[in-house]
Amino acid sequence: MSQAMTTPATQRRRERRFGMFSLLVLAVMLGVFASSTRGERATFILNDARGQLFELPDLVLPVVPTVILLSAVVAGIAARQFTRGFGSRAVVIVGVVALLFVIAFLTWAAAGGQLSVVGLLRGSLARATPIAFGAMAGVLCERAGVINIAIEGQFLAGAFTAAVVSSIAGDPWVGLIGGISAGVLVAFMLAGLSIRFQADQIVVGVVLIVFATGVTSFLNTQVLSGNPQLNSPTRFPAISVPVLSEIPLIGPVLFRQSLLVFGMIAAVIVLQYGLFQTRWGLRLRSVGEHPLAADTVGIHVLATRYKAVLLGGVFAGIGGSWWTLDAVGQFSREMTGGRGFIALAAMLVGRYSPVGAFGAALIFGFSDQLATSLQLLRVPVPSDLLLTAPYLVTIVVVAGLIGRLRVPAADGKPYVKQ
Amino acid sequence: MSDDHEPEGNPPGPEGDDADERGRTAGDVLLDDEELARAEIEAAAERAADAKSIGLEASFGERFIAAITGTGVIVTLLAFVSALVIGAFIIAFSEDSVREALGYLFAQPGDAFRAAWDAVSSAYLALLQGSVGGATQLSETFVTATPLILTGLAVAVPLRAGLFNIGAEGQFVAGGMLAGLIGFSLTGLPMAVHLPLALVAGLLAGGLYGWIPGILKARTGAHEVISTIMLNNIALLVSGYLISTTLFRRPDRTDPISKSVEASARFPRLIPWEPGLRVNTSLLVAIVLAIVIFWLVERSTRGFELNAVGLNASAATAAGMNPGRTIVLAMTVGGAMAGAGGAAVILGLQHRLTIGFSAGIGFSGITVALLGRGRIGGTVAAGVLIGALQVGGRNMQAQTGTSLELALVIQALIIVFIAAPGLVRAIFRIKADDLATGQVAKGWGA
Repeated sequence: MSQAMTTPATQRRRERRFGMFSLLVLAVMLGVFASSTRGERATFILNDARGQLFELPDLVLPVVPTVILLSAVVAGIAARQFTRGFGSRAVVIVGVVALLFVIAFLTWAAAGGQLSVVGLLRGSLARATPIAFGAMAGVLCERAGVINIAIEGQFLAGAFTAAVVSSIAGDPWVGLIGGISAGVLVAFMLAGLSIRFQADQIVVGVVLIVFATGVTSFLNTQVLSGNPQLNSPTRFPAISVPVLSEIPLIGPVLFRQSLLVFGMIAAVIVLQYGLFQTRWGLRLRSVGEHPLAADTVGIHVLATRYKAVLLGGVFAGIGGSWWTLDAVGQFSREMTGGRGFIALAAMLVGRYSPVGAFGAALIFGFSDQLATSLQLLRVPVPSDLLLTAPYLVTIVVVAGLIGRLRVPAADGKPYVKQ
Repeated sequence: MSDDHEPEGNPPGPEGDDADERGRTAGDVLLDDEELARAEIEAAAERAADAKSIGLEASFGERFIAAITGTGVIVTLLAFVSALVIGAFIIAFSEDSVREALGYLFAQPGDAFRAAWDAVSSAYLALLQGSVGGATQLSETFVTATPLILTGLAVAVPLRAGLFNIGAEGQFVAGGMLAGLIGFSLTGLPMAVHLPLALVAGLLAGGLYGWIPGILKARTGAHEVISTIMLNNIALLVSGYLISTTLFRRPDRTDPISKSVEASARFPRLIPWEPGLRVNTSLLVAIVLAIVIFWLVERSTRGFELNAVGLNASAATAAGMNPGRTIVLAMTVGGAMAGAGGAAVILGLQHRLTIGFSAGIGFSGITVALLGRGRIGGTVAAGVLIGALQVGGRNMQAQTGTSLELALVIQALIIVFIAAPGLVRAIFRIKADDLATGQVAKGWGA
């Protein structure tokens, strides 16, 4: 839609802005990475230690020539951005530049050491899981016209309840149901306050986060710390899909994951189809775009919004359970560490579509995992500064490269039946 | 259109006429509608009466009484009561003795209730005593309230322009860091130079850190909620890194703790002859800044533009105002207030920087501003109230073992009830029609 509206002049200005971005990337690549003295070769390990059909050779790259080659490609792209431009593919090309930058960065970081590509990608997908679940909760709510900032609160409530219920029942499935119920409970508060009582939805969202943080931290110190048997949940085991998980590189990354990861991918596909190809999705989106029109044709606006927010609570609850039932296996205070906000950003970056949000979640998961992987490589950048990467990426993406969002027209506006 | 019950939307006069007309035409069709119309007319008349009593021609005294007895204050009080009641349930159910007694509830129901009553009453008594029970406690309340007032203002000013500044935490950190740096790296200056310099450094750093989301919003439309949350995380991580560098760290320590602020950059205590009273002159700074902000928001031309943009950005644009500039101004001023809060804590209380010195004071600013309904005076009062709640919460934890986080829960509940006046109305069956709605911030699209 932006293509149709942009004039050639603004298009050229945009291309030039992207060109400046490419030049900046180029400067960092040549100035920092190519002049590195950390080591001559970077080794990328492509095999998984748990075995596969056949072994791949390690990828050994000479650092400086690789970086210079990548820089040359970026320079070429920048030149074309400043002259002819890439037209409708301009945004994709920015992504390509970013990708080349990441490869150059990894080459530099792994110089004189080894980096497990399987571990990096596998960890990225795993860390993207809660973010994607949270983002889908956001997509469902906001497509139906209710702003959901409270994803972080839903995560915490879900993580806490899943841990306790799974510990008592000794079964991760029961724990997952507990986590889902907690997510739905917070969603119910959000729905009630914003749909029924028409409170300001952003305020309600922030308050629900404070509330969930307070209650879970309170119960954690008050109850869990004295009763450790309540905080030792049974976790979901990792699942290896037969045959497929034996494919080198792809297998361990995609098919040797925990159940929640597979569930997330399935949910993304189902939700993308449901939202955009079914009657249910059309109705849900219509109450978020033009509730009056939807009401006129007989759609129950408030009921549809309630259902959307509660279904979002299911997804956010699963996302929260990821911490205690999959990744960490124990609840601790504020353990979600702001990932709910990242999920919110992923939803915006993905432009309110499940697949787009999933893509954004992958980027965030990758930068999350990268910070961890790089600590092992002893990169001369303090880990605190590395950890700021996902947040900086979010700001840059939200502010600059994607431009203004097309928000569902009735997002955040309570509907009063006329 | 005539069905619009939104109390703040239309001026009372025209709506009253509207309802009148409706009553006449629709009355022939349906009895229910007639009933509705009459109620509407009565409500409009009540609103008109209220508007007159607190209108511009009313004297200060009249307005003050109207504010005290007005429904807004009633909602705030009821919100407090409801939050404390729910908090009581949480205390009761998290207490071991209560849960044990619940196990044999039907055999001896009195036990459970007695245990619950004991737990709740002792916790709340400790809360009250810890906040206002003596001179030391009052001093602590004001010490805690000082940065809360400032971070509350940091949220309240952008709120008036329709912006939701969640970034007070990061701005607080930025202000505290630079104020601390100036405080310990410059030596040999007289206090009359050093202290104001460090304070202004804090204001500037916070203002700059608030300017970033402001300019991003004005130029690119990046939503301030997202960018401020991200900037919070960045500020916390970067400050953690900086404190462990040689620039900040104490030379004789390996753990991340900064050098001490010079005596010439510390806020002197208000009552220096009583060693237990930590209340210091940063409280006066907070009050002066609040007065300046009051003038800026409520009396100045810029403040008029700020309110106009907050109420209706497109109308403000049509009237020749520049919403972009107002957004940047609101965020920068807000950030400066949070920065002053950071300076107040570092120069007045802690005298050194540690990792996580912000301790959620910026986030509490959100509670304070919403509790004060975005008004400047209300925010100051709310800051003192929340300060008392937090100090009392610490005493509660020490005396009864009820964890401090309960204060956080109660804070959240208070805002829930304030943000959704309809909820309070439904619980207490208040029929007042003119309870202010909770609509203070704007959605993504704004």
